[in-house]
Amino acid sequence: MEKVQIPVIRNILEAHERLAQENRRIFDKAKVFVINLMSSPGAGKTSLLEQTIRALSDQISVGVIEGDIQSSEDAERIQKTNVPVVQINTGGACHLDPSMIRSALDALDLSSIDLLIIENVGNLVCPAEFNLGEHRKIMILSVTEGDDKALKYPLMFRMSSVLLINKIDLLPYIDFDVEKIRKECKKLNPHQIIFEISCKTGRGISQWVKWLESELDQHYGEVNWW
Amino acid sequence: MHEMAIAQALLDVVLAEAEDHNLIMVDRVVVQVGEMAAVVPKSLEFCFSILANHTAASGAKLIIEVTPVVARCSNCGEVFEVENFSFECPECSFVATECVSGRELMVVSVEGVRGRCDGEGSNSGN
Repeated sequence: MEKVQIPVIRNILEAHERLAQENRRIFDKAKVFVINLMSSPGAGKTSLLEQTIRALSDQISVGVIEGDIQSSEDAERIQKTNVPVVQINTGGACHLDPSMIRSALDALDLSSIDLLIIENVGNLVCPAEFNLGEHRKIMILSVTEGDDKALKYPLMFRMSSVLLINKIDLLPYIDFDVEKIRKECKKLNPHQIIFEISCKTGRGISQWVKWLESELDQHYGEVNWW
Repeated sequence: MHEMAIAQALLDVVLAEAEDHNLIMVDRVVVQVGEMAAVVPKSLEFCFSILANHTAASGAKLIIEVTPVVARCSNCGEVFEVENFSFECPECSFVATECVSGRELMVVSVEGVRGRCDGEGSNSGN
């Protein structure tokens, strides 16, 4: 019997990362631009999807993967916009992982999709830790959640290329300091682009969609930094 | 509560290392968890201890080293500890994009007891 210490230095999530890279290869081969949409429950992910799908140019074919712990309510809402949608029920898991995405891809014809939007499980913590193979992480924060969230949940803010501040039509009724959160995000993630939007009134949606369309144009121009 | 998923991934790495190195029992695992990784150490310990039951790592002590968030300024090269999640360089006020540490989720070492090894093609027996 011999006691030994084995130096390892291995990423705990290496298997997840490998799968995420495989997904990425599949997306790139099929020339599909993929975004991973994250937020708290009720921040407006599905509403944003509905608005975005309506506002995007007709030239762009969209596909959606809906992640929820339970139910297919969101997928049913998306179905009404006439885009292909696959529902993943995680059955309790608080985030999507790359293997779930891989399985969902079997139900989508990637060759007829330009933009795939993955709606992650509503949660401001866990989804930020798992790469799915997406090209961009996008997050929504609704003003009703409070302006203190960037410092409380820094990882998601740090990882997201875009922050959409939603429900700004409610600003007159609540204490939410847009400048405060803009300032904090600037120090946390200087490359992050911020749009102030209202999925209810449609304000700001066209700027966001314009950004998304220009990203689609560039598609393979950038490598992830971090 | 994604610590369960992370604990499972951790256990997979630990058991693979144990098998590769012919360990019959793992009694200590050291991991690094960055301060910015969205992981609660106590919760990870708990999940790991449950999942490790009935494996070679059953009862193994999980040592979690928390690494601070450190950034390097791309303007002046200053390396600094990030406080309050502000990546603003204390020297030149440029906001750093390069994170040197703080996001680790890393297995550092696995310790345990090595089984008898005859020197030739140790039989790990899966």
